[in-house]
Amino acid sequence: MRKKVIWVLGLVTLAIAFAACAPHATQDTLQPAGPFAREEKNLFVPVFGVAVAVFLLVEGVILYFVFKYRHRAGQDRMPPQIHGNTRLEIGWTILPAVILAVVMVPTVATIWDLARKPPSDSLNVTVIGQQWWWKFQYTDADMQTAAETPGPITTANELVIPTGRVVYLTVTSGVGGIGDAAVIHSLWVPELAGKQDAIPNHENHILLQADVPGIYEGQCAEFCGLSHAIMKWHVRAVTPEDFAAWSAGQKEDAITPTGGLAATGFDTFMSGTCVQCHGIQGTDAQGIAGPNLTHFASRKCFAGCLLDNTDPADIARWLHDPTAVKEGSFMPNYHLPDDQIQALVAYLQSLK
Amino acid sequence: MASVSVQSPTAGGMLRRPAATTGFWSWFTTVDHKKIGILYGVTAFIFFIVGGSEALLIRTQLSKPDNTLLSAGAYNQIFTMHGITMIFLVVMPMSAAFFNYLIPLMIGARDVAFPRLNAFSYWAFLFGGSFIYSSWFLGGAPNGGWFGYAPNSTTDPTIGMSFYAAGLLITGIASSAGAINLAVTVINMRAPGMSLFRLPVFVWMGLVVQLLLAFSLPIITVGLFELLFDREIGTNFFNVAKGGNPLLWQHLFWLFGHPEVYILILPAFGIISEIIPVFARKPLFGYQFVVFSGIAIGFIGFGVWAHHMFATGLGPVANTAFGISTAIIAVPTGVKIFNWMATLWRGDIRLATPMLFAIGTVTMFVIGGLSGVTHSVVPSDYQQTDTYYVIAHLHYVLFGGAIFGLFGGMYYWWPKVFGRRLGEGLGKTHFWIMLLGFNLTFGPMHILGLQGMIRREYTYPASLGLTFWNQVSSTGAFLIALSILVFIGNVVISSRRPRTFEADPWDGRTIEWMTTSPPPDYNFAEIPQVHALDDFWHRKYAEDKSGRLVPVQAGAAAEAGAHEDAGHGIHLPNPSFWPIIAAAGLPLLGYGVLFHWWMAGLGAVLVLVAFYGWALEPSAE
Repeated sequence: MRKKVIWVLGLVTLAIAFAACAPHATQDTLQPAGPFAREEKNLFVPVFGVAVAVFLLVEGVILYFVFKYRHRAGQDRMPPQIHGNTRLEIGWTILPAVILAVVMVPTVATIWDLARKPPSDSLNVTVIGQQWWWKFQYTDADMQTAAETPGPITTANELVIPTGRVVYLTVTSGVGGIGDAAVIHSLWVPELAGKQDAIPNHENHILLQADVPGIYEGQCAEFCGLSHAIMKWHVRAVTPEDFAAWSAGQKEDAITPTGGLAATGFDTFMSGTCVQCHGIQGTDAQGIAGPNLTHFASRKCFAGCLLDNTDPADIARWLHDPTAVKEGSFMPNYHLPDDQIQALVAYLQSLK
Repeated sequence: MASVSVQSPTAGGMLRRPAATTGFWSWFTTVDHKKIGILYGVTAFIFFIVGGSEALLIRTQLSKPDNTLLSAGAYNQIFTMHGITMIFLVVMPMSAAFFNYLIPLMIGARDVAFPRLNAFSYWAFLFGGSFIYSSWFLGGAPNGGWFGYAPNSTTDPTIGMSFYAAGLLITGIASSAGAINLAVTVINMRAPGMSLFRLPVFVWMGLVVQLLLAFSLPIITVGLFELLFDREIGTNFFNVAKGGNPLLWQHLFWLFGHPEVYILILPAFGIISEIIPVFARKPLFGYQFVVFSGIAIGFIGFGVWAHHMFATGLGPVANTAFGISTAIIAVPTGVKIFNWMATLWRGDIRLATPMLFAIGTVTMFVIGGLSGVTHSVVPSDYQQTDTYYVIAHLHYVLFGGAIFGLFGGMYYWWPKVFGRRLGEGLGKTHFWIMLLGFNLTFGPMHILGLQGMIRREYTYPASLGLTFWNQVSSTGAFLIALSILVFIGNVVISSRRPRTFEADPWDGRTIEWMTTSPPPDYNFAEIPQVHALDDFWHRKYAEDKSGRLVPVQAGAAAEAGAHEDAGHGIHLPNPSFWPIIAAAGLPLLGYGVLFHWWMAGLGAVLVLVAFYGWALEPSAE
């Protein structure tokens, strides 16, 4: 018996040691980095504590009964025939109900708190889930571009927000019209907020806020077809000053390269089929089916955050054969020759 | 040439009524509830192996980050088929196996109310399941999840989700017919004296499950028809471009889907409510409360569906209401658990294999139930929904609860069905390996979910920090597989031992233990007169004034045992060709809708002709 206990304790210690060695999870709901995720965690943790207490009590009693009242060889005991006890029944009907009622009080309060309207100075962004990437449009009046016909600052897979300010997201789902379908997605960035489904023809809302600058990873949480697993995104939280600088830059038209490989890439881009799906502000490229590329090089990731914007090899790999990199991608393979790919990479990297 | 006389069994029929009740071919025409129960059980177990293999593929794929063993397309088909298989082709029919075999025996009937309909249910289930699986060879398996959320399911370019919709319509027909049949059986076919409150809890749970099926299946049927019509004939129920509403599917699906959860778990609750009293040698504590809490769970189960949809933007009013109703359903579930615990209290607990599985069911279900309560805490569910935390929860309920309970039932009733026990040593080995493997597989998923691992992703990058617990989980999955091999070994080895034909190997309480093992075709030579709850127990033991047991004089118990000359003159329904023929028309209808309409016509004609022949079939004697 003692040997067994030592074994079990040893195994548990080993498991905890392993867990401690495991690298930090980057989408950890128990490491909130903003008030809304923290509110959810602060509700979950005590409820989980209650659940663990009930678990220990119930399992403990079961194991105790099984041990204490186990049949012993050679003993022919006739147990007392107890058919029930109404008072006990009423007791263990009411007790859990009371515990649950207590749990429900902060639950309901938090439901309504999270559903509140945003403050008037919130940053408003519309999020559109598409197969399989995220489009973000900054809809506030001071976030319109300086283009001939101004429109909202538009990014893909990266949401840049200022720290310490409430962000009010309007979440919906859309379609590029290139064979993709308007399906249900779910927006999630665990360290900042819970999930909100993105449903075609519906507008849902969710609040999020980051305390400190950093990159907060997220991904689509509702199964949305072939490449659901590669529909990641992130929030890049920056200081309010950096955010002002960033948004000023985003409003500007793209820089048109005047020479070198990037200029060749520009010509390739504008004369090819790229412009049918991709928009680059200040150029003839006005496509809307795919991600807006105006300030492509200012972002960290692309292709549902599978690939690194700053890595020329990643961009080249993507242009070489998108569906080989990301199954089901709606960007076709144009079988571009290597020199064109290199030129396009140079051009895309110039789009700061 | 023998001429057909007017008195012959075939008079008026379109086909000669088969007479053989033994031999290989008799299985195709049998209407005996016991044989049909065995057919259900064997078929469900084969699907269990298939669905389990799919699970092993899933766990192998996820055992390391950025794995390329399975493509996204293959993975989506495999996880979808794993869910469809385990829910519709394993737990439901395995429960049907137990209900079919045992309900007539436990209520003292000779068969179910509609024996041919019973056979039809089985064949429709088998053909429906095979229809869904044939998709692997006919363009690809369903790939939109067992939940089949529209519009992803209606817009997916492969044919898989059409197989899903048509296939589940077929198995739905099987379940509906079975539900009506068994409900009528319980209500109308009870032995004299078997009043409703003398029914074993297993039969009660059976009745609740059949009623849940009867009222929830029509809802999913509507949804599946809409899905199939959207895909195959261009309707726009879920087509957003034409004003369709994608959330409509979720409401229809979960309004069925949540009662379905109780359809899956209540049979196991019934099974362990039989096992625990027998092996604790005490009556079930609070019988009425266990029965009524089961009924309450059935009712409340229809009022919690939107807790699957907290993140869809229903708004704070709906989320509050469904959060509270979800918490409420924990109350009757708790009542059951406390009563099982109180049954153990002061018992004389024999830890035979069935009892180990029963206690395993209670302890594992408690974990699933408690994590379920955390889902009713809506704001924390915003974080946990669609993560591995939910996968952990549902497997603690449906594997730790339902599958453990069903295995307990197999070990418990195996001697009744086959006349020999399964080996105790291997049975206990099976239990402990499965318990360990199960907890290694699904325990870490709680952590993975809280650390942000989403469901239904075919791979994950190493940078997410999820690798370690995924490796633990995958290791556990193979331990579960090992335990199933031990079970199969146990079945094979025990089948080579001579039969013992023990009628009452566990000192049972309910009347199925009064007849021989295996029971004769007619179940009881003489239908028992029932005087009490746990009637058979009271024939063996009396209680003195202080509640102590006193064995009754030997011989009194054997009243309804089979006699040498028993069974003469008992009328039993004859076998029939029509159920299997009628059921064979259903997949043809399905293929017709998916491929060529003429096949649907053929299928419809076959069903109609079979029903006509069925209606005109003479009753042989």
